[in-house]
Amino acid sequence: MKLPGLALLLAVVGLALIIPEAAEAARINELSDSTLGDRAARFFTFKDPSLRNALAGSMLLGVCCGLMGAFLVVRKLSLLGDALSHAVLPGVALGFLWNMSKDPLAIFIGATLAGLLGAGTVQLLRATTKHKEDAALGFVLASFFGVGICLFTMIQNLPGGNKSGLDKFMFGQAAALGRGDVILLGVVTALALVAVVVFYKEYAITSFDAGFARSLGMPVQLFHYSLMLLLAFAIVSSLQAVGVVLVSAMLVIPAAAAFLLTDRLGIMLILSAIFGMVSGGAGAFFSFVGRNLPTGPFMVLAAGSVFAAALFFGPRHGIFSRWLRQRSRSARILRENTLKAIYHVLEDQDFAIEQVSTRELAERRRETLEEAQHQLGTLRRHQYVTMSSDGDSASLTPEGWHRACEIVRNHRLWELYLTNAAHLAPDHVHEDAEKIEHILGEETVRMLEKRLNYANRDPHGRLIPGLEDMRFAAVRHPGQQRATGFGSAANH
Amino acid sequence: MNQRERAFAGNGDSARIGNSMKEGTHLSPPPLEVHDVTVAYHKRPVLYGIDLTVPMGSLVGIIGPNGAGKSTFIKAVMGLLPLSGGWVKVFGKSFRESCHRVGYVPQRESVDWDFPVSVMDVVLMGRYGRLWLAQRPTKQDREIARECLEKVKMLPFANRQIGNLSGGQQQRVFLARALAQESDLYLMDEPFVGVDAATESAIITLLRELKSRGKTLLVVHHDLASAREYFDMLILLNMRLVAFGPTAEVFAPELLQTTYGGRLTILSDVVQSLGTQS
Repeated sequence: MKLPGLALLLAVVGLALIIPEAAEAARINELSDSTLGDRAARFFTFKDPSLRNALAGSMLLGVCCGLMGAFLVVRKLSLLGDALSHAVLPGVALGFLWNMSKDPLAIFIGATLAGLLGAGTVQLLRATTKHKEDAALGFVLASFFGVGICLFTMIQNLPGGNKSGLDKFMFGQAAALGRGDVILLGVVTALALVAVVVFYKEYAITSFDAGFARSLGMPVQLFHYSLMLLLAFAIVSSLQAVGVVLVSAMLVIPAAAAFLLTDRLGIMLILSAIFGMVSGGAGAFFSFVGRNLPTGPFMVLAAGSVFAAALFFGPRHGIFSRWLRQRSRSARILRENTLKAIYHVLEDQDFAIEQVSTRELAERRRETLEEAQHQLGTLRRHQYVTMSSDGDSASLTPEGWHRACEIVRNHRLWELYLTNAAHLAPDHVHEDAEKIEHILGEETVRMLEKRLNYANRDPHGRLIPGLEDMRFAAVRHPGQQRATGFGSAANH
Repeated sequence: MNQRERAFAGNGDSARIGNSMKEGTHLSPPPLEVHDVTVAYHKRPVLYGIDLTVPMGSLVGIIGPNGAGKSTFIKAVMGLLPLSGGWVKVFGKSFRESCHRVGYVPQRESVDWDFPVSVMDVVLMGRYGRLWLAQRPTKQDREIARECLEKVKMLPFANRQIGNLSGGQQQRVFLARALAQESDLYLMDEPFVGVDAATESAIITLLRELKSRGKTLLVVHHDLASAREYFDMLILLNMRLVAFGPTAEVFAPELLQTTYGGRLTILSDVVQSLGTQS
């Protein structure tokens, strides 16, 4: 956690330093009639100073929203981000009214105060009424936002003052970020990073188990409120670039995507910050290419794509990978069932023969010849069988024999266990064993053998193949090779 | 026969506790003193005038019906809930001053088991009380956490995310975390709820071992039948303190009836089994 944290911090400082001094390049507006491709190419030259501001600001906001959002998601407070971001709107308007200009500091202070007032109102409603968090959040979100809209309408009707760009607070316009805005974002992001890296242990335990943390004598409330303050800072400093309406998406979506990919908080924080940064950058890019379209929606779309990618292609919980796993599992079960059928054919012949013809296998599996051929082909690819030269019959390789024995053993042991220990009738145990034979691990098998006193016949009187049998490469006669099943191997 | 032996052993235990308590008063203050404690939720009291002193080295069960305030009592002791009256002393000092000597096992449902932490991370949290602000767990802390996991037989699961565990395993993790606190007084909130039989017997063995090392344990328990066997002292609680004393004295039909009030249906079985045993 420490090293990646430091690396992120360096990246943030770096981003904040790429702030242009003078605007010697042509303004974006003068290029408004160039093609999309030209604009994309122009984006990557990073020559335009306002573009550099927009990009650095967007990426910084992605990092700090990603960090704060990760805590919101694991604390199940995602909606709080939404409520707070809407609650700051009246503060933005009041900050503007302070001296009728878009002074970043005045707006920052006004918005932060409004956000904290909103958070306080939520707490108060929860503590003094029987309402739960959701109703309190809903009330604060809507009422504060309503007041904000009223104030904005009022400002638009006021004479004087530089009102241009004020409307951008709604959906965000990264291109409107000034040098001061980017510095503010840099400071807030650095603050959030330092707090999270230094007090990682404290934030983790107070998020996971506040009661236990308090029993250790930790100032749980202090950490909670500091997190809320940092959250308010993150929201307020991001407003200009992503907008009031969608900043909550930048809090929740990168963190939610990260949560899908990992089950460690430290890794989740890093992933969330990276996803936020990438989404912020992508938002700035598309906004620029699309001729100064609002940035917020593009950032959210980018973050949404990351989320969708995590949802579908996440290595462990992803839908696609789960589907792949399921497919490979059913393929394995089919292979194992074919192996088992080969074993049965051999067993019926008292293991006097070594080769099983496709026809015999098809009859045993009650399938067509083509299906049986296909399955033997699969087994051959897995080196479980070798085919005769005419391709019409198969014999098991040592690996194939071993696996077939294991499956048959699992099946018969389980049948025996169900009849002996669970007292099920012998004709009721087959179906269950059909399923469990593919998933019994070696450890469970050892336990079953022990519990069954190393019995070597299943409830239907057939021999249960043992370790000794599996060791032999070619077809053997299980009954003659050992006297008492696994016990014989263990007794040597 | 067996039962009688056990009862006899129990008496012996409590006698020994009596002695150690006498010694304890000379040497060190009792692990827990609760004086006239009243706790209220939204101005409605849920615990009235609780008054008791727990002697050193005892394994105490807290029993009572649902809503009797068993968890509330434990939380009030630790200051997690504000007291509306009375005071609590832990090892002769306020809880805040003694909190490093107290281990806590919260109810299993009190946390989100989908939280992205590993079993090891959770057990390490038991060490946090001994670390400075912003200090990371040391190698030694990890070693202790590992030992505690081993003690509850959860070491093979150290790197699992905590949601991928059974109820009994989750409870063992919480227990390991409390062990990692290396405390002298343990407060446990329903450690036996939702655990398998193997875990239950493992937990009670562990509790007895802690007791034999001179630790004091207060355990909220919901099952009357096993309470008699598990604990050498009982706190019978139903908003008021009904009784507190050695199990052999307190586990009596009249007191249990007072504690459980009208809920006689469950109780009658226990009372009956009491009758047959004696």
